[in-house]
Amino acid sequence: MTVMHYLRAFKGITGRELLRFVHQRERFISALVRPLMWLFIFAAGFRSTLGVAIIPPYETYILYEVYITPGLLGMVQLFNGMQSSLSMVYDREMGSMKTLLVSPLPRWYLLTCKLLAGVMVSVVQAYVFLLIAWLYGIEAPPMGYFTVLPALILSGLMLGALGLLLSSFIKQLENFAGVMNFVIFPMFFLSTALYPLWKIQESSVLLYRLSQYNPFTHAVELIRFALYEQFNLQACLITLGALAFFLAAAVIGYNPSKGMMQRRGGPN
Amino acid sequence: MKLPTLIACHLAMVLTTPAQAETIYVTLEKDNALAVVSGPEGKLEKTVKIGKRPRGIALSQDGQSLYVAVSDEDTIKIIDTDSLKVVGKLPSGEDPETFVVDPEGQLLFASNEDDNQVTVIDLKTQKKLKAIPVGVEPEGIAASPDGQWIVSTSETTNMAHWIDRKTLTIVDNTLVDPRPRACAFTDDSQQLWVSSEIAGTVSVLDTATRQPVGKISFKIPGVTQEKIQPVGIRIDPDRRYAYIALGPSNRVAVVDAKTYQVIEYWLVGQRVWNLAFSPDHKRLYTTNGVSNDISIIDLEARKVVKSVAVGQYPWGVAVKP
Repeated sequence: MTVMHYLRAFKGITGRELLRFVHQRERFISALVRPLMWLFIFAAGFRSTLGVAIIPPYETYILYEVYITPGLLGMVQLFNGMQSSLSMVYDREMGSMKTLLVSPLPRWYLLTCKLLAGVMVSVVQAYVFLLIAWLYGIEAPPMGYFTVLPALILSGLMLGALGLLLSSFIKQLENFAGVMNFVIFPMFFLSTALYPLWKIQESSVLLYRLSQYNPFTHAVELIRFALYEQFNLQACLITLGALAFFLAAAVIGYNPSKGMMQRRGGPN
Repeated sequence: MKLPTLIACHLAMVLTTPAQAETIYVTLEKDNALAVVSGPEGKLEKTVKIGKRPRGIALSQDGQSLYVAVSDEDTIKIIDTDSLKVVGKLPSGEDPETFVVDPEGQLLFASNEDDNQVTVIDLKTQKKLKAIPVGVEPEGIAASPDGQWIVSTSETTNMAHWIDRKTLTIVDNTLVDPRPRACAFTDDSQQLWVSSEIAGTVSVLDTATRQPVGKISFKIPGVTQEKIQPVGIRIDPDRRYAYIALGPSNRVAVVDAKTYQVIEYWLVGQRVWNLAFSPDHKRLYTTNGVSNDISIIDLEARKVVKSVAVGQYPWGVAVKP
């Protein structure tokens, strides 16, 4: 195995993912419409015109739509991670997964390539969303648009790895609805994406604890702080830890000899 | 520290600290205290007790003393800005809330809400000179920079009373919208702006004719009209923009001072009442009574930069260079 082989595999996998992305314009648009609906409709109904109380990284009062924007960036990435998990299941059903996995390159490498390809797509989506939010009047500090990039990459990787892990569990495409119900929604609602933690704590300590341990909360906070040119060490470490855990579990999950595919029978 | 960081730090210090340092004094109505905040970064330096229910505040011309209306002690206290100690008391009459020092720095005019009068105090002798009867519940008070007029607005009579600074008598009255809370002259003394709390409007009066020449109304999407209660007014020296504190709507309105059109609204803390410019007019400080903080607005970047907790019920604000 030479570096050339690794590069070729990387190019192949990312190329395929990008091609898919370019060809499925509807997917791109629908991925954008979802957070925009939250921004324009949900946030408008919830507007909290008299200002949201000050919590870091904000230094003054903000409108609800300003608060929700980093959360919606997280949402873009969460759904993107699940989308790539969906496409993994699809690949497996169609058999193209086999072509990938029979490659002599290490499995972790192949999965990481797949992950990176997904993250690239989600970062583009996130920036398009930020642009639309900016046109709507939600402005972050100019440098924030640069400082948010590493945060978006890291959170994208973490959520993509979660998607990979999930895809190793799902036997059939039809089961994906379960993922929506049991993973995406709880993750999204039990986080700081829509409301600050203190607000959740006011109504329920249990929900507050759950939100606190939700890696998505930390991904959102990482993005939120980065968008305001600040670094949240705790959120960063937890996101990194979650990424390592999900990726390792996914690599095991995709190992035919001990992984879930084997145990659950897998597609033939 | 690495060299580039070091250089950047020094550069930042050179660029920011000496030129713009200013001190912001905020009266805390419920804490019976004065908060001292260093600007422009907005760091609460200290809080000193000054008496029961302090409200109106103004800096003396030489910047050496502060006048603070200590309402529940029926006096206006003189506070040394260096030692923050009370160095004198003025006979303001009962329950002083707002007052103004004339441009020459000789006389102080305090409105006495319960007695329906304006008390005139000679600052040199620190004695009461006269009580001028005005309308019911006088509140807003302003002195024209040209030294010609003192205007008192009465909340129940709904009038602006024009007091001749020389004769200390009322020469004219102008009817304005319900509950005129505050008033301010433009720096050229040509206009008087009066905010009406219940009507939710600001009237612009021409000083020469003492008649209205414009009226400003406010509309904030998603905020009910009752919440829009204009109080504090600040107009920049070029008369380009005026800034109006809109009370419980938690907004400061930016108004084009020529066309009287609202340009935008800035979200600040809860129940914003009073405003003060920084000495260079590049920043605006607001007191937010219910959220117990002050907001710092960058007028060049045109946005609210920061809100700083200062204590309970911040009421008035004065800025010393």
